[in-house]
Amino acid sequence: MTADSTAQGPVLRLDGITKRFGALVANDAVSVSLWPGEVIALLGENGAGKTTLMNILFGHYTADGGSVEVFGQTLPQGNPRAALAAGVGMVHQHFTLADNLSVLENVVLGTQPLWGARLDMAGARAKLVGLAQEFGLAVNPDARLGSLSVGERQRVEILKALYRDARILILDEPTAVLTPQQADALFAALRKMVAQGLSIIFISHKLHEVMAIASRVVVLRHGKLVGEVAVKDTDPRALAEMMVGSAITPPELRAAKPGPALLELRGVMTPDRGTVRGLRGVDLALRAGTITGLAGVSGNGQAALADLIAGLERPSGGEMQVAGVAPANWSVAQALGAGIARIPEDRHKTGTIADFTLTENAILERYNKAPFARRGWLDWRAARDFAQSVIRAYDVRCPGPDTRIRLLSGGNMQKLILGRVMEVGPQIILANQAVRGLDIGAITFVQNQLLAARDRGAAVLLISEDLDEILTLSDQIHVMSEGRLSPAFARGTMNAADLGRWMAGEGFERGSHAA
Amino acid sequence: MRLEVIARPSVWRMIGFPATALVLTVVFGSALALLAGANPFQTLGLILRGAAGSQFALLETLNRATPLIFTGLAVAVAFRAKLWNIGAEAQLYAGALMAVLLGTGALGWPSGLLLPAMAGAAMLAGALVLLGPAILKTRLGVDEVVTTLLFNFIMLLFISMLLEGPLKDPMGMGWPQSSRLVPEARLPRIVDGLRLHWGFGLALIAAVLVWVIQSRTTLGYEMRAVGQNKQAAEFAGIPVGRVILKTALLSGGLAALAGFSEVAGLRGNLTLDLSPGFGYTGIIVAMLALLNPIGVVISAIFVAGVFVGADSMSRAAGVPTYIANIMLATALLTMVLAIALTRFRVRWD
Amino acid sequence: MGEILEIFLSASFWAAVIRIASPLIFATMGELICERAGVLNLGIEGIMVVGAFAGWMTVYSGGGLWTGVMVAMFAGMLFGLLHGTLTVPFGLSQHVVGLGITLLATASAYFAYRLALPRVTTPPRIEAFQPLPIPVLSDIPLIGPALFTQTPLTYLAFVLVGVVSFVLFRTPLGLALRAAGENPAAVAAQGLSVTALRMGAVMVGSGLMAVGGAFLTMSAFNSFFFEMVNGRGWICIALVVFGAWMPGKALLGAVLFGMFDALQIRLQQTSIGADVPYQIFLMMPFVLSILALVIMSRRASVPAALMVPFNKGER
Repeated sequence: MTADSTAQGPVLRLDGITKRFGALVANDAVSVSLWPGEVIALLGENGAGKTTLMNILFGHYTADGGSVEVFGQTLPQGNPRAALAAGVGMVHQHFTLADNLSVLENVVLGTQPLWGARLDMAGARAKLVGLAQEFGLAVNPDARLGSLSVGERQRVEILKALYRDARILILDEPTAVLTPQQADALFAALRKMVAQGLSIIFISHKLHEVMAIASRVVVLRHGKLVGEVAVKDTDPRALAEMMVGSAITPPELRAAKPGPALLELRGVMTPDRGTVRGLRGVDLALRAGTITGLAGVSGNGQAALADLIAGLERPSGGEMQVAGVAPANWSVAQALGAGIARIPEDRHKTGTIADFTLTENAILERYNKAPFARRGWLDWRAARDFAQSVIRAYDVRCPGPDTRIRLLSGGNMQKLILGRVMEVGPQIILANQAVRGLDIGAITFVQNQLLAARDRGAAVLLISEDLDEILTLSDQIHVMSEGRLSPAFARGTMNAADLGRWMAGEGFERGSHAA
Repeated sequence: MRLEVIARPSVWRMIGFPATALVLTVVFGSALALLAGANPFQTLGLILRGAAGSQFALLETLNRATPLIFTGLAVAVAFRAKLWNIGAEAQLYAGALMAVLLGTGALGWPSGLLLPAMAGAAMLAGALVLLGPAILKTRLGVDEVVTTLLFNFIMLLFISMLLEGPLKDPMGMGWPQSSRLVPEARLPRIVDGLRLHWGFGLALIAAVLVWVIQSRTTLGYEMRAVGQNKQAAEFAGIPVGRVILKTALLSGGLAALAGFSEVAGLRGNLTLDLSPGFGYTGIIVAMLALLNPIGVVISAIFVAGVFVGADSMSRAAGVPTYIANIMLATALLTMVLAIALTRFRVRWD
Repeated sequence: MGEILEIFLSASFWAAVIRIASPLIFATMGELICERAGVLNLGIEGIMVVGAFAGWMTVYSGGGLWTGVMVAMFAGMLFGLLHGTLTVPFGLSQHVVGLGITLLATASAYFAYRLALPRVTTPPRIEAFQPLPIPVLSDIPLIGPALFTQTPLTYLAFVLVGVVSFVLFRTPLGLALRAAGENPAAVAAQGLSVTALRMGAVMVGSGLMAVGGAFLTMSAFNSFFFEMVNGRGWICIALVVFGAWMPGKALLGAVLFGMFDALQIRLQQTSIGADVPYQIFLMMPFVLSILALVIMSRRASVPAALMVPFNKGER
């Protein structure tokens, strides 16, 4: 940022934005200014109000107070087209792209007058190809979107904003789906855009990225703006404390006492299932008393490995051993019988049934076993008692066991799932994105539970997209790429950049035999 | 506009919106009566009197409610598991067919054996009729809405073929109707001299049994889990496909009992006009009952009352009897909206 | 076999094929538009009844034929508006609402018919659309009488397929509609209203369904009677699946269907028909529809957001 650019005034000004949802104040008089050619980071935990603020900017919500100004013009409230037309583009975390349309169709959508007689595809193609070259974001305009990798999709999402001549770009958690190296490439593209005079808001909770790309950081907590600092005047630790509101105590680590392998895979293959990539000869040993971290860009076979261990998928080749025995007819029932605790990737879609009560959700995996059922008859009293004990032991904040689980926050939902699987005293724990989307309190709680389980001799498989989490908690680390698994790396032997190279697929020719 | 989940809906919402739906339905019905040139108050009064104004009327209503309880239960059970069984009509006729096949003299059994055999055979036939679409759904992913709908037409033509062929009553003066059931195959009346047969009693028992299954057994838990969230059910190890097939068997069997009870309790033979759309009306019955099996009994009696009342009103006041269908369809649509509004708040931001 | 060959070589057979296919084409295009935008419209059967009645009633009470078509379409759109309001902004179950609309629409048409003609037993006939031979083309042997000696509504049905295809795949509006059926969030992110697009699609689609119904009373049977739609709506839903949500393929499906239907009618008159109960022939359309669904089940090209309500701001 240079002195003369500030003289032009801010390109975007959010002034005193307030938004209430019932009793909840999602944004409390938040004011943010973005200056030309500047990258600012919007930092905050889940539920801090970042998404609400962006929804107001884009007219999806109407603010209860405050105003939005773009290039000096006040935007009308509640008009989704206004911000786009004024030159603000958004790159969503969950891409707003349609799988069955082509790249070009996705980009053109909504850019030509709706009642126009005919789509101008030729002109659109020329412009798209030009932009792709200018910013080094190569894509095939005719590819069906569903056939693209996550990284390519993100490029389309960015190009879509640039195609609309956006001068202000807002990126929501853009690196969640990238390897560290891909993230660096993204940052390079962003710097190119800034050099051309674009301004960028970067929404994230990854502190070192914020430090790397932004010049100024704006921190939200519980809907309030709690801090605004220049990057050069701060450090990640200070930012984290500002974001959370208190000093952060990293989880306490004791030395691992590795035991025998409780679950072993040798050359295991599984078939591709639609968009879920299968496994290609995976060797893995989960040892008692250790946490095994699994890094990788999502969509590279983690889902298949999780499904396999959860009992939803069977090996189509290779050998799987649970507690030293190769199970016949591997199934969910067998996985549960073998003492595998399963924390699913998506607690809303697979972990819980929204309209079931806490009691009903608590017995989901054991509804047909004693003490909850006898000869096909349910014992609701036993179920309710179990739910009560989970609620107490795992600090699930809720009105009671008869509440529908949809009314709980993500953190409390996750605590119920955790309690459901941990109360059995599991030998093997599959923790798939166990802390995604949780606030810091819940994250600490879940991580401490996993560490405690490790220390009492359980084997934990920790699948996460967050490399920091993997590096902190894991006793050994594997990386997945295109259905292959890297050899195990002991704690302290790898850093994020090293893992990133494996995530991008480097090293596997060597590694697949070495392991 | 968007919808926002209400954490704890107030009593006012829980009662106010459904009540408004019913009031709207009555107001709309009145408007239709006006349109037909009749006095709306008189029309509604006539419907009410025709449905419940005398012992005869009341029993007629309960008789009409009997098949509706069965088809309503069939729909409620299936919809609870998100199995969209719109084919209760076909399953009903399958049940009626079995009643006629076994009950017209083929088996010389006493009542105590013959009636359970007929009911069992009916349930089996109905279950098998729905099993086809259910297997197509679980194995091939063929949408069961369309297949069950199309099966209704196929079944009716099949019955028509039988009634003009092998099942034709030789004494029927050429009408497409089956022979009459033997006396042992008739469901007795609940109280001597009153026109209400045991089919109604059977329907009440069925409703209680379904309620017990849904709320007290693992099968009921599985059905609800599959209906609410198939992916979570599968993750928890519930055999989703098998649960859907079991649901289909239960649902088809229940719908078939409607046919059995109509033939053995009321008509005494099988004709092509056995069901004036009981299968389709079962959807209204089940939805008005919020898929609750005990609620089905109440809503079936309500729906039957509207039909019976409208019939008698139509004779007296000349308003077309289709006013009943319109009012019930209106009740269905307003009620689903009202139920949604008890759970969601409309926000305009 | 000679009898069957004779059937296939007669112009009247092919004319019947097209005539039978025409109402299905209208209604199938209507359903296809709804489903492309993400809404399954099970109101189709009842909306066709309403269209059949409204068109017929208009002409019966002295209105012009094209006025009848317009009235039918308008009536269909009204029910589409109701369907759309309940399923799109309120996101209610498309299954339940659709069936409810079918019950409501059917009963309304019957009620109105009984109100207008309380005591008729034989349905009165109207002066319906007459065949309009297209000069020159209609003189081609076999093809001429079959394809080019049809009523104007039939020609319109075929033109409609081209229009729907063009709009869906060549215009900005069509792209937005398809995107609403694939991923409504993508549409909303571009500042377009998913609600408006889907509501519009359901209304236009319902209007077309009603025209399909009107075809029955105004271009085929020339009178209105109960049960006349007789499952055609449900068959159209199967045709949309069979056509893999593509207008051209759906048209092909409708014509194929017309062929089988026309064939079974004629087979009833032959020696085969003497031995086989006529109900077997009447079952064929429904059996074929189920078969079509089974065959197409493997090739999933379903709009990804079909039957998925969109509530903006929901995460």
